[in-house]
Amino acid sequence: MLHRFANPARFLRIARWVVPWSASLGLVSGAAGLYLGLAGSPADYQQGDTVRIMYVHVPAAWMALAAYATMALASAVALIWKHPLADLIAKSTAPIGATFTAIALITGALWGQPTWGTWWVWDARLTSVLILLFLYVGYLALWNAFDDPTRAARAAAVLALVGVVNLPIIKFSVDWWNTLHQPASVLKIGGPTIHPAMLTPLLLMALAFLCYFITLLLLRVRGELAARKLRALQAARAEG
Amino acid sequence: MNGFWLVVGRDLALARRQGGESGLALLFFVLGTVLFPLGIGPETQMLARAGAGLLWIMALLAVLLSLERLFQTDFEDGSLDLLIMAPLAASLTVLAKCLAHWLATGLPMVVTAPLLAIMLAMDPAGLGALTLAMLLATPTLSLIGAIGAALTVGARRGGVLLTLLVLPLYIPVLIFGAGAVEASVAGPGAKGHFMILGALLLMAATLAPPAAAAALRHALE
Repeated sequence: MLHRFANPARFLRIARWVVPWSASLGLVSGAAGLYLGLAGSPADYQQGDTVRIMYVHVPAAWMALAAYATMALASAVALIWKHPLADLIAKSTAPIGATFTAIALITGALWGQPTWGTWWVWDARLTSVLILLFLYVGYLALWNAFDDPTRAARAAAVLALVGVVNLPIIKFSVDWWNTLHQPASVLKIGGPTIHPAMLTPLLLMALAFLCYFITLLLLRVRGELAARKLRALQAARAEG
Repeated sequence: MNGFWLVVGRDLALARRQGGESGLALLFFVLGTVLFPLGIGPETQMLARAGAGLLWIMALLAVLLSLERLFQTDFEDGSLDLLIMAPLAASLTVLAKCLAHWLATGLPMVVTAPLLAIMLAMDPAGLGALTLAMLLATPTLSLIGAIGAALTVGARRGGVLLTLLVLPLYIPVLIFGAGAVEASVAGPGAKGHFMILGALLLMAATLAPPAAAAALRHALE
């Protein structure tokens, strides 16, 4: 199954089919989520309208983790079965994931200033997400540090797998330590403890972010494949 | 197991005969720490408050400084190829090199740290905790650093890159290492911190050598 999708030509065919669907689904759910989040949902009785920042902050943080998991999974596939396509997927995921992480950190700071009275605290959740951002940056830097792309891909893949230890720390940091950041209220045992009027726009926004991620990832991989093809053609022309 | 000790002995002999290499890290640790009282002022209260954190940060940076040479010199003269092809499993070779690296750079720092702590006016109650925490944590620094050193073998600007890769992974060690001193000075005792530092060491000792060995094998392909 995996090996079927490792064929670049087949991958491109599927990507060409998926991209319009994921892009339009993301647009529709994003528009609905934004409308419900900004206008159609009640303000929080304690936080007032600042609670609406959550509709961007939480999906961005989820996607920051999901993107890293995708990157690590693709890296593992690349190391084990040596599919070059998996390398390209991992490489294309990194800048998107780094951006999601930055969005989560920035929106968190914007929310923290009115709610906690501070832009930043050194609690376990915030610190571990900051480490996630550094891991993404280090991963990207490692890709650019070698002249030989295969060597760069291997090194980056090993780093991505090492960084996986950070994911459970981020997820459970709010349970293991007494953090200022509130514990999970959607993905928890016993069902979400968030009101449906707020949960619906949140989930719609999460779907929009996921579709955006998939669309962008496929476009980036397509670009990487084209760049690789171009390099091969140029090399062939230089020789011939 | 014979091969393991041969690699340890070889690296220690190299460290001793090349002179300076590992002593340099210790010197950096001492000199860097001495700069702080001159920079932030010699008030004993402030130094006592900041001392543990300063020592830990300097230890992290000093280990980082010495890591670049961990595999790079062997890579350049070709002996890394032989070490990896030798009958000893590559991850054990990495473990042996980490042990030698710790004996040459980490252990001297553990011995020096209490001395520097006294110069920084640290509460005597924290000295034992500092030494024990450093003893538990400096091998972890060598092991985690080995992953970064293996990944950057043959890279352009390897040293800067190594900093970027390794420092984020050092953060837990820094938090619990400095926390151990804090906790034993403040009263509640640092048993929990020591246990976490020990757990980090065990995790690093089992996971870091295979990861670094995989990175080395790819570097040599």
